[in-house]
Amino acid sequence: MSEKKISILVVDDEESVRDSLYNWFIDDGYDVECAENAKEALIMLESRDFDIILADIKMPGMDGMEMHQRIKTLNKEPIFIIMTAFASVDTAVQALKNGAYDYVTKPFDPDDLSHLVRNAASHVALREENKSLKDRITTLEDVDDLVGESEGMKQVLREVESVAQSNSSVIITGESGTGKELIARAIHSNSPRKYFPLISVHCGALTESLLESELFGHEKGAFTGATFNRKGRFEMADGGTIFLDEIGTISPKMQIELLRVLETRTFVRVGGNKEITSDFRVICATNRDLKSMVKNGTFREDLYYRLNVVNITIPPLRERVEDIPLLVNHFVRKYCKSMSRDLITVEPAALKHLQEFEYPGNVRELENMIERAIVVGNGKEIRLKDLPMGKEVMSSAVESLDDLEKKHISSILAKYNWNISRASKALNVDRATLYNKIKKYDIKKGDD
Amino acid sequence: MKNRSIILVSCGHFEKNVIDKISSDLLFFFGFPLDVRECSLDLSSFYNPTRRQYDANLILKAIAELTSHDAIKTIGLMRVDIFIPILTYIFGQSMLNGSAGIVSLYRLRNELYGLEQDNNLLIERFRKVIVHEMGHAFGLIHCHKPRCIMRSSTYVEDIDQKDLEFCYKCKTELDERINGYRI
Repeated sequence: MSEKKISILVVDDEESVRDSLYNWFIDDGYDVECAENAKEALIMLESRDFDIILADIKMPGMDGMEMHQRIKTLNKEPIFIIMTAFASVDTAVQALKNGAYDYVTKPFDPDDLSHLVRNAASHVALREENKSLKDRITTLEDVDDLVGESEGMKQVLREVESVAQSNSSVIITGESGTGKELIARAIHSNSPRKYFPLISVHCGALTESLLESELFGHEKGAFTGATFNRKGRFEMADGGTIFLDEIGTISPKMQIELLRVLETRTFVRVGGNKEITSDFRVICATNRDLKSMVKNGTFREDLYYRLNVVNITIPPLRERVEDIPLLVNHFVRKYCKSMSRDLITVEPAALKHLQEFEYPGNVRELENMIERAIVVGNGKEIRLKDLPMGKEVMSSAVESLDDLEKKHISSILAKYNWNISRASKALNVDRATLYNKIKKYDIKKGDD
Repeated sequence: MKNRSIILVSCGHFEKNVIDKISSDLLFFFGFPLDVRECSLDLSSFYNPTRRQYDANLILKAIAELTSHDAIKTIGLMRVDIFIPILTYIFGQSMLNGSAGIVSLYRLRNELYGLEQDNNLLIERFRKVIVHEMGHAFGLIHCHKPRCIMRSSTYVEDIDQKDLEFCYKCKTELDERINGYRI
């Protein structure tokens, strides 16, 4: 039996049957309730769920079979076991066809009853486990790095949600580093294809011949170095999704090939002659303006319209600055965890500058900044000087003579490891003066 | 409360040595004095001619009604074949955390299953079922430890595999419940 107490509802118009089953199940440690007719059982089911229902088939008013149908309309899925005093093959078959878990004839052997309920309880446990595993998979597939509360990002997420359930081709546009692949992953993991692979191809990174072999696969001996048969990415994506990143970089020849595959979902491996069929969904991404490319003839119009059934545009980070604190928090957590460090904070001045920065590299640039700051920082907080823009900001911020003096004293103290005698000698002042300056500028060890 | 006892109601003839063993088991496990009584019930009124068996639910109710104010629990011992409406037969029945239980040795006999008669084994099985049902009467539910006396048994072979002992967990719980009666 599982850790959770299995709940059982006994529905029978005979009091002696209810009592007997109640006592039997209570002894076994189950959570048991009884109802003397279907109507009473349905009322009970409105307020709570049961894992297993044992119901008599013949009851005054509504019979067990009808009750089972009513329970199904309540969107509840208990294990339903039909009991009868009069066995007939027809009713047994009908009960099982209607989705009953089992059908038993009264009276049963004690051992049969024990087995029946034990099996039903295992079934309940397996179902729960299955559900929790599926929930876990869904949670894992919720793309963690998609962070944002800005209207622009909310709009993107709404589009992801609505497009995920369809099978349509999608083009994701956005500047470099905005997270196009994450959006592709979010669409895939929320689609019915989520239990099949998401295959990514970075078209821009491959030459024409390599891309052809990568997408369609090749037969042994197709070209020098093709020492064995290899499946292509379209074949690997069967049942799932293929993500073609930097689609704007592919050659005119590959555009024709791609168009043909998208229209027929069939292709031939390089060097092969057997036609292969694959069921995949296409998601493309580009940071180029495909429409202009179509206009100037560098991208095929027919392919553009084939791919551009749905277009999702991700706003650049500078247009959603309100997401920066959330993203900063997210990356701090992510990298502290991956580096096995305690969670650190972000100095307000550093956060302010992070929010004011332009980010030509978008979220990717912000992520890299945070990662670097955690690596080079003091392990307690991210300071302005840990950020690339911090150094420029700090040097331009030092304007007054006092600031310069404080900075110089701090660096000398650090150089001599806060040895006051040596530091005062280097600064050519006496110890008392140095102490006064330290007090005046509130210089502390570790401030450097 | 010191004078309260467990009442053993004998419905049918049982050898003195059998009753002695049962009394000794009950005293050992539950620690209350035993009061052995002859049954005043007419079992024929619980006979179901269709099933040719005796209705355990009705007998249990009748035994519970026999329970006097000085009884902690009452256990009825019988030789007849008992049933509850939903099952073809049972070895015993009790009210969970209730006042009474009943046990029959009818289905515990080897000869019912085509095996050679074995009185010692029969008595051992009978003692185990009695202690098991009394465990229920004191509020224990079935245990999943293979050798614990509170493990559910639907065949006589299951009974043979158990020890006449509570597992540590059941014993601890039983002791707590027994202490509740002593306060």
